[in-house]
Amino acid sequence: MSSLSIRSVRKQFGSTTVLHGIDIEVAHGEFLILVGPSGCGKSTLLSMIAGLDGISEGEIAIDGRVVNTVGPKDRDIAMVFQSYALYPSMTVAENIAFAMEMRKVPKAERDAVVARVAKTLQIDPLLDRRPAQLSGGQRQRVAMGRALARDPKVFLFDEPLSNLDAKLRVEMRAEMKALHQRLKCTIVYVTHDQIEAMTLGDRIAVMKDGRVQQLGSPQDIYERPANLYVAGFMGSPTMNLLPVRLQINQGNWTIELCSDLGRSLLRLGPVKDASWEGREVILGLRAEHFSEASPEEAAALPVTVQMIEPTGADTYGYTEINDRRTALRLPPKRLHSAGQVLRLALDSAAACLFDPTTERRIEP
Amino acid sequence: MTERLPGSSRGPARWAVYGSLLLGVLFFLLPAWFGLINAFKPLSEIQAGNVLGLPRSWTLLPWGEAWSNACTGAAACTGLSRYFIASLLVVVPSTIISTLWGCFNGYVLAKWRFRGADLVLFLMMFGIFMPAALFVFPLSLVFAKLQLSQSLAGLVVVHTLYSVPAALYFRNYFVGFPGELIKAARIDGAGLWTIFWRIVLPTAQPILVVVGTMQFTAIWNDFIFALVLAPSDQQLVTVGLNNLTNVQEDVPRYNVYMAAAVIAGAPTLLLYILAGKYFVRGLTAGAVKG
Repeated sequence: MSSLSIRSVRKQFGSTTVLHGIDIEVAHGEFLILVGPSGCGKSTLLSMIAGLDGISEGEIAIDGRVVNTVGPKDRDIAMVFQSYALYPSMTVAENIAFAMEMRKVPKAERDAVVARVAKTLQIDPLLDRRPAQLSGGQRQRVAMGRALARDPKVFLFDEPLSNLDAKLRVEMRAEMKALHQRLKCTIVYVTHDQIEAMTLGDRIAVMKDGRVQQLGSPQDIYERPANLYVAGFMGSPTMNLLPVRLQINQGNWTIELCSDLGRSLLRLGPVKDASWEGREVILGLRAEHFSEASPEEAAALPVTVQMIEPTGADTYGYTEINDRRTALRLPPKRLHSAGQVLRLALDSAAACLFDPTTERRIEP
Repeated sequence: MTERLPGSSRGPARWAVYGSLLLGVLFFLLPAWFGLINAFKPLSEIQAGNVLGLPRSWTLLPWGEAWSNACTGAAACTGLSRYFIASLLVVVPSTIISTLWGCFNGYVLAKWRFRGADLVLFLMMFGIFMPAALFVFPLSLVFAKLQLSQSLAGLVVVHTLYSVPAALYFRNYFVGFPGELIKAARIDGAGLWTIFWRIVLPTAQPILVVVGTMQFTAIWNDFIFALVLAPSDQQLVTVGLNNLTNVQEDVPRYNVYMAAAVIAGAPTLLLYILAGKYFVRGLTAGAVKG
């Protein structure tokens, strides 16, 4: 039995539909990420799970119990908000204990829980302070503490790291992951940051326009994006999407790539559906699937690097292949200035193909 | 040497600004000076023509007389004291009830959307523009029917109802209150009332002081409701002051009138002095984030 079931859930505000039938099952102890651009419906879905928004159609079940008509406080969930939403007039300890106070938990028990949570998150010295006296990272911790104190069936996080500065965000991200591994709790986590999605999630649901575009493990989504949208959204730099024409050569698909300096044929996998022959498709290749060819390799593609972006460990170069701007990831030693000429080898096994009309990934 | 902002001039325009400000200060200070200083003079000194100068011989007698034995046309000459106390009996409960009620209404209007909320908002705005005189006749009829004119409680009710639009101040203040806090509290299991009492109200101190001060001033200074609706044996201070100066006597006793006027104005003045810091803070709160 899963911890959270979202079944054919739709949401309408007046005549506009913001969610068109969402189906997601979240297993016990799973870390699910809802990721997508603003306006994709991810936060609305989270609000519906929390019970802060009504469900127009479909049902949501928490731990096997359908909660469509259950109020937020009785759903056995805890939520961490983007602004942390700490009660300004209460101390940290009072903030953490507030939900228990509302449920009339005896004072001694509340104090014990507050102490335990404070220890877990290392916020013991802050318990008597008010939220205004805390730094961003400390507030974030207290907000998590408030959620932990409830010991809920499902934790809901609404972009909890987006108000932190870059360095702290990376730290808190790691901490959150460690916490999840230790507590084995079920988490639904909304973010628009695809790096957060990749690093934190057991599974990721990529959303756009009120639909789940793809639901899968981070690796699945990174390596085999279901459609052009997911391919473009996940990964940095985004996947290179090049228009190519499929040709058959000795039972294998072959495509031609051309740059400003020449052209080369690339052999892909074996043909399964010959009806694609001669049709225009989109080839998806990530920056790391390019490498510098050894001098004896005849099929290499010569290119001029137009711009470089050194990031330390890697350097990204940009060139044009099939009239599309293409990102390459190379070791900094080999790529040091714009205008440099390189001979490229491609990892054809990693290539994805997309149908330009349906925008879906195909395996012809 | 003090630094000046780049581009700020020290020319005649600047002197014109200071000059007009000074003139404004004098204009408003003069009556206060007039009232205060003449309350310390014997009547003979005022009659001799010393109206704006300091007293040649200081006296506290006018104060005592104004407070406890000036004649106001009532059966006994007992000064302003009983009017003053009657006023307090009306003003203190009216201010507390109307301010807290307005605070709760403002919170509901700002944060809990309900059917017809816009209409309620419109009606409140409309209510602000209603002159008090419009209500006097219907209210006096209602008071007569309900026998409310027998006690001051009726006035408390009237002032509380008349102050309902004060909720707009709170509404505008709470519109900036983070919605996520209310959501978090709902998840934690707090209801409308608990959220208001435990989470919203503690953040509303500046606006409570502002509206409370304004309510106190408005109700204390009210003349028309007090005149028409108060029981005849429990008139309020504004009416008492009026009666005191209108009573037919052989000579107008300006020193007593002035002392009475200062006494009648003292509570609001005192409140502004005490709450001044919060008042400015509350008025500007929300204007700039953070």
